[in-house]
Amino acid sequence: MSTIALPQSEPTVPTGPARKGMTTWQRWGLVLLAPYAAVFVVFVVYPVVYGLWLARHPQSYVNLVNDPIFFGSVVNTLIFLVVAINLKMAVALALSGFFVRANAWIRWLSVLFILPWAVPSIPTILSLRFMLNPEWGIVNQTIFKLTGADGPNWLNDRWLALSMAMAVHVWKSLPFWTMILIAGRLSIPAEHYEAAGVDGARTLQKFRYITWPALRGLYLTSLILSMIWTLGDFNSVYLLTGGGPADLTHVLATLGIRYLRLDQVDLSMATIVCALPLVLPLVYFMMKRLSK
Amino acid sequence: MTARKALQEARLILIGIPVALWTLVPIYHMFLFALSSKDDAFSGRLWPAHPTLNNFRIVFEEKHYFLNHFWRQLGNSLVIAIAVGVITLAIAAAAAFAISRLKARGGRLLMNCALFTYFIPAAFLAVPMYKAMGVYGILNTQWALILAMITLASPYAIWVLKQASDKLPFELDEAARIDGASPLQLFRLVYVPLMVPSLVAIGTYALLLAWNEYLYAFLLLSNDKDITLAVALGHFLSADDSPWEILMATGLVYALPPAAIYYVFRRYMVSGLTAGAVKA
Repeated sequence: MSTIALPQSEPTVPTGPARKGMTTWQRWGLVLLAPYAAVFVVFVVYPVVYGLWLARHPQSYVNLVNDPIFFGSVVNTLIFLVVAINLKMAVALALSGFFVRANAWIRWLSVLFILPWAVPSIPTILSLRFMLNPEWGIVNQTIFKLTGADGPNWLNDRWLALSMAMAVHVWKSLPFWTMILIAGRLSIPAEHYEAAGVDGARTLQKFRYITWPALRGLYLTSLILSMIWTLGDFNSVYLLTGGGPADLTHVLATLGIRYLRLDQVDLSMATIVCALPLVLPLVYFMMKRLSK
Repeated sequence: MTARKALQEARLILIGIPVALWTLVPIYHMFLFALSSKDDAFSGRLWPAHPTLNNFRIVFEEKHYFLNHFWRQLGNSLVIAIAVGVITLAIAAAAAFAISRLKARGGRLLMNCALFTYFIPAAFLAVPMYKAMGVYGILNTQWALILAMITLASPYAIWVLKQASDKLPFELDEAARIDGASPLQLFRLVYVPLMVPSLVAIGTYALLLAWNEYLYAFLLLSNDKDITLAVALGHFLSADDSPWEILMATGLVYALPPAAIYYVFRRYMVSGLTAGAVKA
């Protein structure tokens, strides 16, 4: 990694003082690592071990599986992961191609496009929540004005409400992933496209043979990382539907917190333990990819 | 040729308009409500018949029982965000310097610990964190939230700062060592000045993460005088006849600082935060 370092210089320094110096430097290394090591032990290791200890009783899992909400939450979580994330990443990939164009107005649009990511979730998701209010929301009132018919009761039907929660999730995180893929596209040398253009390649062929091979690794990493983060996405569901109607739109993240609020900590931790078979392979994949 | 250019432009505009609407409508809706009286807000108009700043007056004068401690809560959000930004920056810069420049023993292991933490979904860590804060006896104090947010922010901070440090030429360290610099002098006089862009990006990242946080804030804080504005906004949902126009005005006040900070530091943020991801 340190290609420009001076590897020869160390042996030329007299051994005595150098050795003494080395220990001071190493000691300082440990001192500077200590604050994060402390944070990690106190606020990650201990809580995780304590949490797993709270989830040690087999009875907790029996109770969890017997709770009808649990199965629905697992299904919702899987739908969320498969549908929302793939849709989001595919749209982000397409939009990154749109935003790398040099037009001035597209640059201005890209500045505005970041807004959903740059502003906090709560006010915007609550704004969306009221937009979807069946009687007073602007969506159904507009539908009524245009067609004379009543719009759907957006948040009162399980699948419609879950779709809206996924839409909120996409709305919030699409700008971030688009930005990542834009950065990826900008690192592809322009000469590749020029050469392909000279050879008469069409837009789709350019994508197929230049863009996709260059972005594939980044796309996959982004997809996995997005899955991990989406598993922990509490806001999109909780602030939009609150898990309703009748607790039918919970995902594992909101279900865990729901049990915690009901003082059923063992169920809460059991929910999280049940999500681990989903999380750990993804985490393992990302660790392998990023810690070189 | 020009006809073809025009067609191309038209196609781009056909993509641009839905993208702009999709992005801006929920935010516009927030503005609309913030500027509307209750009747206007519920009328379904796209622009209020009588735009008013009255909602903001109610917010700033704390004239609604949901907003009795508005200024206090705004201050809480600010203090907590700044504390998280500063402390995360200090912890992460020290760790990145030790791992990347001093090649400290155990540095690699700690880097992996940090990455592992980064990959735990935040809502899953919230439950054990809540229980642990109870054990430590700091539940319902602002330190609980500050420490939790430092835990969430520092892994990514360390990772990005380490990536940036690895790119600095090692001749600088060698030269400083030969001149007899101590590690702290190297850190203060060489490392920090060269790392300023990444440090700004990471400090801003941690600050915004803490300002925007909802889940941890509402779990770890409960007293009305201790909560952040984010939690206070959530309280509006507890009533069936919530004053949504006042909620949206408060939400706008809450959303403006992070948006402004983001745009001021946009150059740093985008390059600093995407650089790490693209490398992977």
